[in-house]
Amino acid sequence: MDLITEKIKKTSLSTKQDRFGKLISITALILIASVVVLIFGFVISRGLATFTTNKVSLGHFLFGTDWNPSVVNKKTGQPGVGALPLIVGSMAVTFLAALVATPFAIGTAVFMTEVANKRGAKIMQPVIELLVGIPSVVYGVIGLTVVVPTVRAIFGGTGLGILSGTIVLFVMILPTITSMTVDTLKGVPRHYRESALAIGATRWQMIQKVILRAATPGILTAIVFGMARAFGEALAVQMVIGNAANMPNSLVSASATLTSVLTMGIGNTVMGSLQNNVLWSLAMILLLMSLVFNILIRFIGRKGELK
Amino acid sequence: MNAKTADKIATGVIYAIASSVALILVAMLAFILVRGLPHLSWHFLTASARSFEAGGGIGIQLFNSFYLLVLAMLISFPIALGAAIYLNEYAKPSLFISIIRTAIEVMSSLPSVVVGLFGFLIFVVKFHLGFSILSGAIALTFFNLPILTSSIESSLSQIPNLQREAGAALGLSRFETVIHIILPASVPSIVTGVVISAGRVFGEAAALIYTAGQSAPTLDFGDWNPFNLASPLSPFRPAETLAVHIWKINSEGIMPDLSAVSAGASAVLIIVVLLFNFSARRLGMMLYKKLTKS
Repeated sequence: MDLITEKIKKTSLSTKQDRFGKLISITALILIASVVVLIFGFVISRGLATFTTNKVSLGHFLFGTDWNPSVVNKKTGQPGVGALPLIVGSMAVTFLAALVATPFAIGTAVFMTEVANKRGAKIMQPVIELLVGIPSVVYGVIGLTVVVPTVRAIFGGTGLGILSGTIVLFVMILPTITSMTVDTLKGVPRHYRESALAIGATRWQMIQKVILRAATPGILTAIVFGMARAFGEALAVQMVIGNAANMPNSLVSASATLTSVLTMGIGNTVMGSLQNNVLWSLAMILLLMSLVFNILIRFIGRKGELK
Repeated sequence: MNAKTADKIATGVIYAIASSVALILVAMLAFILVRGLPHLSWHFLTASARSFEAGGGIGIQLFNSFYLLVLAMLISFPIALGAAIYLNEYAKPSLFISIIRTAIEVMSSLPSVVVGLFGFLIFVVKFHLGFSILSGAIALTFFNLPILTSSIESSLSQIPNLQREAGAALGLSRFETVIHIILPASVPSIVTGVVISAGRVFGEAAALIYTAGQSAPTLDFGDWNPFNLASPLSPFRPAETLAVHIWKINSEGIMPDLSAVSAGASAVLIIVVLLFNFSARRLGMMLYKKLTKS
């Protein structure tokens, strides 16, 4: 009897295994979460050094228009660390790309789910997947060899600039927005369509007045996702934007974005110098913006749920 | 306007939009392949790159890309698998889990250049690894983890709960159920997810330019001792990948046969990535057939 009681009371091998497995898997999970915390911690602590050690004022950094950190500006006596041209450049390409991509994405998604049901979806699904798969440097190469010369031929100048960046980013974020919009449209209940058609709506009236209305929160989320991707995209933009940190005064003059300055600059500065710290501040802005996009997505999601 | 005319116009516009999107893709692929394929030769694929004279190849870059991919996958797959198992099999809804899910979501939307800079700061500068394959592989791991985790998690969640109940009814612990029932059943879709993410990792450049570096020292392909710096297997040597190479030669613009090399290298990159994407589903289906004996 004692043997049996002992055996029952003892933790069995499979319980031990289970505990071990659980421990291993939660360790992996915590590892991932701590990487996120580390990324934020390190980048923000380096990014703040500009303001704490180098005593650059936040206002000067965010709203100054003179970006040239290695040269001391004669008028102000401070190095040129005004990041406004870069912020404006990033914002401009992001919003313009989203503006152009949205109608295309919605049109394609509606085509796949509402208009050309099975065959259309069968053709467009791989198209979207392949567009997602193309690496960003290849977009950059196409931008340099096709988009930039075309823009140059039409508008003159170098062809590098916000317009070229917008065109490249438009194609890059198109598949992101499209595939998420498709998912949302598929989520609209079937009886919405049936009831709209039953009261005599044409297909377009149904799409426009019922489906797209019902899917608005999802579509907005898709657009914000696309914008987050555009804002953080580095190399493709850097190749076509022209890399001149001037306040952008036209769509076809060379400009710069946060990411393009970062990719060009980090290797050429000494760790701990002002020139380097201010680049980390740019990285911090990128991080915070990606956080803002995330919060926006959650907010839209919650608003959508309430309806 | 008549509702019917509006309907017809809208349908036409939608068709036009969808076909223009398809056209964009076809035009891009055709452009890259038509320009690139004529430059491909055995010499181009195996020779090392030359910065100042024509006739260089992409041999070392190609090898580096695959080696980095393998290393990054070796590091990220077990972690992602563990995390996905916990999220899908053990986790109960709680504040802790929702915080972690948010963290993974945030991580998946981080700009890859920031991930690269973080890798640069920690591994290249703080740990003195320098520009090295190891730093690059870890940066790629950070880039890859959130996507891989959520792809594996959705593979696991597609397995019906019936299977878990069956396992429990047989007296298996949760862990045994996962190892012996859930994982084998989800292998095909996990493999599909892994191969797709491999395609993404292969084409990634922004996370690598400041971690794996932008130089490709000559390698001695007769030396397979990973501790020699000239060995292809050495994890401590700088390693420019194919994607980084394309970016670098285009932004430097000093290579005399730049457009040829750039076109050829882009074609190779696209072909490899497309192969990954196409084979992902095939491989998954093949495995499914084999494993289920159907």
